[in-house]
Amino acid sequence: MSTFLTRRRFLIGSTLGASALMLSGCDILGQNTDVEEVLHSAEQLTMKAQRALQGRGALAREFDEKDISPSFRVNGTSAPDSDEYAQLLENKFETWRLKVDGLVERPRDFSLADLKNLPARTQITRHDCVEGWSAIGKWTGVPLANLLQVVGLKPTARYVVLHCADELEQTLDGSGRYYESIDLIDAMHPQTILAYGMNDKDLSVGHGAPLRLRVERQLGYKQAKYIMRIELVDSFAGLWGGNGGFWEDRGYEWYAGI
Amino acid sequence: MNENASNDNIRYPRTVFIRRHSIITRFTHWLNVLCLSFLLLSGLQIFNAHPELYWGQYGADGDPAFLTIGADDAGDKPQGFVRIAGLKSPTTGVLGVSNVDGEPTKRAFPEWITIPSFQDLAVGRRWHFFFAWLFVINGLLYLGFSLVSGHLRRDLAPKTEELSPRHLGQEVLDHARLRFPKGEKARHYNSLQKLTYLAVIVVLLPLMVLTGLTMSPGVDAAVPVLVEIFGGRQTARTIHFITASGLVLFVVVHVAMVILSGTWNNIRSMITGRYAIREEGPNA
Repeated sequence: MSTFLTRRRFLIGSTLGASALMLSGCDILGQNTDVEEVLHSAEQLTMKAQRALQGRGALAREFDEKDISPSFRVNGTSAPDSDEYAQLLENKFETWRLKVDGLVERPRDFSLADLKNLPARTQITRHDCVEGWSAIGKWTGVPLANLLQVVGLKPTARYVVLHCADELEQTLDGSGRYYESIDLIDAMHPQTILAYGMNDKDLSVGHGAPLRLRVERQLGYKQAKYIMRIELVDSFAGLWGGNGGFWEDRGYEWYAGI
Repeated sequence: MNENASNDNIRYPRTVFIRRHSIITRFTHWLNVLCLSFLLLSGLQIFNAHPELYWGQYGADGDPAFLTIGADDAGDKPQGFVRIAGLKSPTTGVLGVSNVDGEPTKRAFPEWITIPSFQDLAVGRRWHFFFAWLFVINGLLYLGFSLVSGHLRRDLAPKTEELSPRHLGQEVLDHARLRFPKGEKARHYNSLQKLTYLAVIVVLLPLMVLTGLTMSPGVDAAVPVLVEIFGGRQTARTIHFITASGLVLFVVVHVAMVILSGTWNNIRSMITGRYAIREEGPNA
């Protein structure tokens, strides 16, 4: 009996000790760059597997009016804190211009009226936050593919970068500025739209007025709000942290399909 | 114990060793232990980012939650609580509010049970998805092998007579009295073992994978039927959590049974494959 007790004590003690070691070990391991890289490799596997399963055209589910969430949580920035944005808001975005440049044949600016004159798409979709919550909303806007057709892509263009008005982190060098990027597969997807309307109203400030991205097969942080400029690039390595987005520069996956 | 001795010369009771577990079963078992440990602890980190569960297609702060692990600001010290289906109970110290560097801090699961210990969703997700891939590959290896080798049919599928209420009732009684099969009967899993292992292998673990995949907007676009089956992304998330709790319960009982029914013999059989059986002899 006494050996059993010692044995049991040994088992319990060593299990607790091992798990404490394991946990603090994980903190250290997670910060080791080699381990980070190994863990990171899963993202490529996920992206390749999902893209293979989806093909180019697979659509995110679209819901009915009755499925819309009674309240849609405002996340990230609730209102950009800059004089420039305050001014735009004051004149109801009359003077706001969406600049489209980079690797395009015909760079140009679009007013909100210009965008509303292009063929629109409306979709009721589920927004999935990386934190785990979901909300369903109705979005109206210009398919990004249509806009890209107007400006024409240069053959070297690979990514669409969205530069935003909001600074989620106040920094001196501006690296807290929100930005996002998607590749051309998602850019050309029929449900990828630049939304100016939500739930039959103009997009509210909390949800990204005057213009936000909807890229429905990925998580919430890809749905950039307060878009000011769209830039076509061949690589996003030179932008800010080099990982293709505000949250990506803070450790989140660039491919946010899961 | 001379192998060449004739039957008359064997002295009983004697200990014989049998090959209990194949190399694939042993290898995948331990890799599974590793994967599930990391998946659970990083999963709790991910849960902490939004410690509420809902039923249906959508669910966020304003919507009615089935489960909440939260904190109330009562006076100067926050009070942790868990609320399930409207029933609320205080859990300060462990859930909702626990110590971080000696300070009571609002966090759903405490730092000693999450990977990483500090709040970092991005790092938690990296660990989770890496081990999710490893877990799926390992599971497919095990299932493929078990189907082809006949392990599932021969060792795990219960025979009809084992499923009779009388037989099952007897086994439940024996387990409750900690009387475990000996001799010839110990060569095979008993029917409670078979049913439990099968439930874990073909129900709980696949359910973890499928509900996990249903939370992915990318997978939902590719395989829309998944969301239909579970009735919504938030329902899938809730089932993911409940199933994980079921697996934790299984592990607790499993480890207790391993210890009670012969710790070292059981562990050895899962490492080297050799399992000792005590034979009482023909006249016993």
